Amino acid sequence: MAKVLMKGNEALAEGAIRAGCRHFFGYPITPQSELAAYMAKRMPKIGGTYLQAESEVSAINMVYGASAAGVRVMTSSSSPGVSLKGEGISYLIGADLPCLIVNVERSGPGLGGIQPSQGDYWMSTRATGHGDGHVLVLAPNSVQEMADFAAKAFELGDRFRMPAMILADGLLGQMMEPVELPEELDLADLPEKPWALTGTKLEREHHIANSLAMEPQDLEDMVLSRRERYRLIKATEQKCEQIMVDDAEVVVVAFGAASRIALSAVNAAREQGIKAGLIRPITLWPYPVDAVKAAAQHAKAFLSVEFSTGQMVEDVRLAVNGKCPVNFFGHTGGIVPDPSEALEAIKLSLERADSGEDFEILPFESKLGLDGSFGKPQAYAERTA
Amino acid sequence: MATFDKQKYLYKRPHALADVVTNYCPGCTHGIVQRLVCEVLDELDIEGDTIGVCPVGCSVTAYDFYNCDMAQAAHGRAPAVATGIKRALPDKVVFTYQGDGDFASIGTAESIHIAARGEKVTTIFINNAIYGMTGGQMAPTSLPGQVTQTSPYGRDVAYSGYPIRVCEMMQSLDGVAFMERVTVDTPSHIRKAKKAIKKAFQYQLEGLGFSLIEVVATCPTNWGMTPQAAFKWMEENMIPYYPLGNFVDVKAEATEEAK
Repeated sequence: MAKVLMKGNEALAEGAIRAGCRHFFGYPITPQSELAAYMAKRMPKIGGTYLQAESEVSAINMVYGASAAGVRVMTSSSSPGVSLKGEGISYLIGADLPCLIVNVERSGPGLGGIQPSQGDYWMSTRATGHGDGHVLVLAPNSVQEMADFAAKAFELGDRFRMPAMILADGLLGQMMEPVELPEELDLADLPEKPWALTGTKLEREHHIANSLAMEPQDLEDMVLSRRERYRLIKATEQKCEQIMVDDAEVVVVAFGAASRIALSAVNAAREQGIKAGLIRPITLWPYPVDAVKAAAQHAKAFLSVEFSTGQMVEDVRLAVNGKCPVNFFGHTGGIVPDPSEALEAIKLSLERADSGEDFEILPFESKLGLDGSFGKPQAYAERTA
Repeated sequence: MATFDKQKYLYKRPHALADVVTNYCPGCTHGIVQRLVCEVLDELDIEGDTIGVCPVGCSVTAYDFYNCDMAQAAHGRAPAVATGIKRALPDKVVFTYQGDGDFASIGTAESIHIAARGEKVTTIFINNAIYGMTGGQMAPTSLPGQVTQTSPYGRDVAYSGYPIRVCEMMQSLDGVAFMERVTVDTPSHIRKAKKAIKKAFQYQLEGLGFSLIEVVATCPTNWGMTPQAAFKWMEENMIPYYPLGNFVDVKAEATEEAK
């Protein structure tokens, strides 16, 4: 099939439609607007629903209703909007309802800025809402994957009866690349949902979509049975891409748009004779713990490269479990790091591998000359004295 | 002489009403209103094609009291959940059942916009001027001077603001097809309430737009009164502030215009 040139946001929208999504509820926010605009244009032509809700809160609750009614349904937003959806996501988790939530991240906290960021890693993988639950999180790193991952997310969500999130960022959403659009699924082939609220026809017991349990024992049973599902997901659904990891001494870990910068740095390191490799998590929840653990058997150091002040690095540390230093390099505020900066961090990781200590490089400190004092509380105290 | 084969039930549990014990307090009007909704579902023969949405509040577990399919919504979000269901299944009948805190406070945006969109959904809105389930706090519809747990010296409107008259506020929205304020304190009022609820569902079936029935109700437990005293207090204090009657009826307006 011929490739077409598309923006990431539009490719994701078309991918979702081809995955059988006919219901979209959203609220305008930059930098995801093209996604909603694409849906507004396409849905009426194919018998689908595009509805602009009065708020992010309302949009996610419309998703809850449509999901309970048994259809493939999605919403998309950007960081501040996803915060607002947190309540609804918690209810979707609690009622075991599948859906797709797209977060085209911008930088924060607060209103922050509209440039790309990965500052919502914690929110996505740890606490998309109150309570004790998870959503599946997929991280594309190209316009092609923006188009492809909607189908993956819907399939996983339906199979495990839980919300799935695509965590992209303003860079992936806004950039254009040639993309081969995925095959269109036949709506008749979508998985059946015998639990859906479709009306009893007076032929069956009523169905209830609900996250409430008045008895503590009932609630513990519900949460624990979900926990069993999470265990199965962690055991079977970890996905990542590994490049030159087998003999790597420095293993760079990066997801989404940051992984493309990290790969440039890894390639540059190899050209200079440094054995660097890249692990690119594709599922952020479940985290590809097994791949990181395996690499920790031979690596001298890890380096997490992120568009934040260091969030995923904690998952790398959990998986490496003290076997070697796990360092961090990142930019935030919407600034996209340069591969040359990441290369410096790779070199430093190798130099200091034997120290046994983690370090982090943030731009403020690197401007001070990479003197080894960065990230140390006393250095900050001296600078500000 | 009457024969047995001519005997028939004049009064029985509606099919749509589940045969379970509810969690409502003695003298609470929720039971009456839910029964009326179920009678209407039976009479219109729509139980098997109906999906209800229950709120957060005293009727939070109402999903167990109806035999139709039910969704439980986050506090105030029932109109959004109902919208999602209706857009996914436009041929089904969808209703929400919400209290004053749910509909007129935390869910105000959802409430106004479901009406503005003219969503083909019916809302039963219970206004008892207090938060029942959390133990009697001031509601958006608590009356001036009304003593509650969080207005212990009486609602001071200069400090806490004024109650919201939902029907009057929503009357200007073009998406509303039918809106009436009723109560259920006497047999004749109960009959009127049922007639209004039935009309609200019929207007939905005819695709005319959003329909809302506000029921002025009591909360003997949190008002600290006997059921009889509560009805008296309601009649003397609430009905003057929340006058009963029809606010929107697009069919009547059309007839009026034709004249």
